[in-house]
Amino acid sequence: MARKLTQTPWAFKTSVIARSALWAILVFTVLPLLGCADTAWNNPYRAGEAVGPVFFGAFSDRPKHLDPARSYSADEWAFISQVYEPPLQYHFLIRPYALTTLTAESMPEIRYFDADGNRLADDVPASEVAYTDYILRIRPGILYQPHPALARNEEGGFVYWPLADEVLHRVNTLNGFEKTGTRELVAADYVYQIKRLAYKPNHSPVAGLMSEHIRGFGEFSKQAAAAQEQLDDDELWLDLRDIPMSGLEEIDRYSYRIRIENKYPQFKYWLAMNFFAPMPWEAERFHKQPGLEEKNINLHWYPIGTGPYMLTENNPNLRMVLTRNPNFRGEPYPSEGAETYRQTGLLDDAGKPMPFIERAVYSLEKEAIPRWNKFLQGYYDNSGITSDSFDQAVQFDSGGEASLTESMRERGIRLITAVETSVFYTGFNMFDPVVGGDSERARLLRQAIAIAVDFEEFISIFRNGRGEVAHSPLPPGIFGFQEGEAGINPVTHTWENGSPKRRDISEARELLRKAGYGDGRDPETGGPLVLYYDTMATGPGSKALLQWYRKQFEKLGIELVIRATDYNRFQDKMLKGTAQIYTWGWNADYPDPENFMFLLYGPNGKVDHKGQNGSNFVNAEFDALFVEMKDMSDGPERQRIIDRMIQILQVESPWMFGFFPKAYSLHHAWYGNAKPHLMANNTLKYKRIDGAARVAAQQAWNKPVLWSLVLVVLLLVASLIPAIRGFRARERSRAL
Amino acid sequence: MSAYIIRRLLYAIPILIGVNALTFVLFFVVNSPDDMARMHLGDKRVTDEAILAWKQEYGYDKPLLYNREGQGTEAFTETILFEKSIRLFVFDFGRSDSGRDIGFDISQRMWPSLAIAVPTLLVGLAVNITFALLLAFFRASYLDFWGVVICVAMMSVSGLFYIIGGQFLVGKLLSLVPISGYDTGMSALKFMILPVIVGVIGGIGSGTRWYRTLFLEEINRDYVRSARAKGLSEHLVLFRHVLRNALIPILTGVVVVLPLLFIGSLLVESFFGIPGLGSYTIDAINRQDFAIVRAMVFLGAVLYIIGLLLTDISYTIADPRVRLD
Repeated sequence: MARKLTQTPWAFKTSVIARSALWAILVFTVLPLLGCADTAWNNPYRAGEAVGPVFFGAFSDRPKHLDPARSYSADEWAFISQVYEPPLQYHFLIRPYALTTLTAESMPEIRYFDADGNRLADDVPASEVAYTDYILRIRPGILYQPHPALARNEEGGFVYWPLADEVLHRVNTLNGFEKTGTRELVAADYVYQIKRLAYKPNHSPVAGLMSEHIRGFGEFSKQAAAAQEQLDDDELWLDLRDIPMSGLEEIDRYSYRIRIENKYPQFKYWLAMNFFAPMPWEAERFHKQPGLEEKNINLHWYPIGTGPYMLTENNPNLRMVLTRNPNFRGEPYPSEGAETYRQTGLLDDAGKPMPFIERAVYSLEKEAIPRWNKFLQGYYDNSGITSDSFDQAVQFDSGGEASLTESMRERGIRLITAVETSVFYTGFNMFDPVVGGDSERARLLRQAIAIAVDFEEFISIFRNGRGEVAHSPLPPGIFGFQEGEAGINPVTHTWENGSPKRRDISEARELLRKAGYGDGRDPETGGPLVLYYDTMATGPGSKALLQWYRKQFEKLGIELVIRATDYNRFQDKMLKGTAQIYTWGWNADYPDPENFMFLLYGPNGKVDHKGQNGSNFVNAEFDALFVEMKDMSDGPERQRIIDRMIQILQVESPWMFGFFPKAYSLHHAWYGNAKPHLMANNTLKYKRIDGAARVAAQQAWNKPVLWSLVLVVLLLVASLIPAIRGFRARERSRAL
Repeated sequence: MSAYIIRRLLYAIPILIGVNALTFVLFFVVNSPDDMARMHLGDKRVTDEAILAWKQEYGYDKPLLYNREGQGTEAFTETILFEKSIRLFVFDFGRSDSGRDIGFDISQRMWPSLAIAVPTLLVGLAVNITFALLLAFFRASYLDFWGVVICVAMMSVSGLFYIIGGQFLVGKLLSLVPISGYDTGMSALKFMILPVIVGVIGGIGSGTRWYRTLFLEEINRDYVRSARAKGLSEHLVLFRHVLRNALIPILTGVVVVLPLLFIGSLLVESFFGIPGLGSYTIDAINRQDFAIVRAMVFLGAVLYIIGLLLTDISYTIADPRVRLD
């Protein structure tokens, strides 16, 4: 009886615990899932969100600044380029890349003047031009997105300026403001924005460059700084409209003029960048009101534009949502393009008003693996390909042509490739006593190394074939790039059977012997020549890469010492000129050869001038040709000069030209008008999404495997039974 | 006890000063203000003037530790160390180097961290203690032996494996929950399941072994023998005596981590796309945002000190013999 009394409550308790555990499992795992039974269980979006023309993408780095005066990274431009509208843009379909109008009524009228203010002919040599006027006329009737800064009350005053305390206390985001307003885009907004570039507190990365080109830019900057000093402590906004800039003029409501020093033909490309997008002064004044900065409600986080989209959800820690701007004018889809585009459907939407997508949801996805898996599940509409997933997605045929694997094709995934307008090069520091300088010995050494370092192999091993060997600094698609035999680097390659072939290593050894380093021996020490490779490739992931570099130099008997540091120290070395051999890259600002050749222009040297010429290469003929070339229009004469410049570079070999990366992107079948554009960022408006097809695919690809849940429950129960039995047995057994 | 708490809080001041100074030194050994400016302004077309202007605006244009030009106390107060540190002690974290209000960001991001960390801790605790009690109950049996072997095996596996494996198995193959992501309100539930499961499973090996050791240590004590001699059943011995007496070391481990739950997990938040404070910190380190790094290290130190204090206080609750004098 006593035994029964002690056992019954325990048996009761165990059954209660077991039941409670089962209920807990049910409540915490199954029920929340049942709540989203209308969609796939693993759908990371809210119910019904994927229906309709909504784009789903990801971003890996949260944006730092969304202010067009400050922002200068692809991560940020992916968002703000859909919101802000500079006067010009790149044509979506025309190749090579060409500019066209965006808010401008026509392409800018460019007028050249001499020092006396006399107008010059359009084809006048750059040396005669004292200044250039860019006259821009924007289309009337363009409206800003709805925004609280533009909200007006019945009396015509601003609703949220000055900001009432009760409103300030209530709002935490821009969406918290109940009233919004709009107004027409005017030329003064463009003028205001250019002044913002010069205003030091905005830290515009192009301020230094623009002060060299826009007349009065530097003077304005000083005046604005002085005016800033005069502001009271509680005044946060300086009205830049009150301070004139001599190179800027608002001609009328829709026209403005920018005066450029001398001739700077590349300026037109800057007019297609967000730096030159309009900013309504009301927005800046609104955001500068006390209390908003503390809530991160500022222009860094809340863009205001006239573009097809507006940022309606701004949580850079989680997701950013762009929604169609209801005030957008409806720009027509381009109707010009190659004939092949007609067959591939890229011209099907010609003339139709854009945008086609209503919302774009970008989720923060820091890691590549979950991002890739979610793309395969249909939760992202497009994706890049990382090295980890490359073999799963892409295969090469016997001709070396990339195509999708069977599993990708089954899902209707499509592959698009494009050579990027970037170059990754390995440079020699020309100040270095061994590899640098103008001596024949150093030149031959550089040439020998340029042959030995096999970038074809590099691309194959480390890039999964995603790249093209560079024979000059100019990537395909940039004026001056030469196809075929004319485009190869004769120092490192020969042309055989219709394709370039890297010269044999014996030729490199012969060059090395001529340089005085026979068999890679340093005559001074008698031992192997020791060279130093300065890199920011640190960590275990870089071991194979660095070992590969060592092997390339070993082919010549040269010992390569790796000096790996973090990026800060690497930059330090480059600034001080203490690096010997290094690898760096350049991504084009605009599709002009000037934007690549300036990387080797003497007065742009890193050590002496803090410029972008990391190799500190100086060559009088090259520099003279650069000055001549940079201001020329594209044509045979410019091509001839570029050819000569490239020839100098190939012989002098301040760089091993490395490779041009090839972008591989995948997109699902429901993602239309997919055409990579490596210069433009405002391409969301061209895209189409078939929401119904996406939802169907998501449902088909993500059916929950319910038996697995049953199996888990059964396993739990199955493991509980012997545990309970064992427990009871122990309870009944004698004490130890 | 009040005197003890006040004394401990006063001890915290030099500790926090030390932590802050150490963070400062370590950060600026690796990064100079110029490096920070370049990182924030970008690589392209950055001029010396732009770097100087950035440093001036963000207060990095002063000497780091000692201002030779300063008069009297200004030699120490007109420095980056002093200006960037002093406001921390009133929990004014200021603005990040990219311009965002750090206090506001922390207040937003602590909730996702807590939403993952608290269930992981509670469920993990329940599971680990249950398994540990089970092993202790079946001590010296095959179940105990293999249980320990499995625990050691689970401890030896990298946390990353559990994360990637969990995402692949549960999110991709079985399609039961989203692979990653987060949402607000009740919608967050479906995103919490997988990180919590992964966190719990990842912690079973070490947790169970640790608690098993504690329980076995208690089981061999005299009072347990007395309890058994009195005829108490094994489950009563375990639950009423052993578990209660093992609470002090358990509390030491648990209470001390409670405040740190705010800080979040770097790896879990990064892989599951949780917008918590863990990913906030790792982002700041990668971006050389000293303002955030400093604030988060300071906050971590404060929370850790609070955790230790709470641990001491919890001793008095768990064991009435403990007195805080």
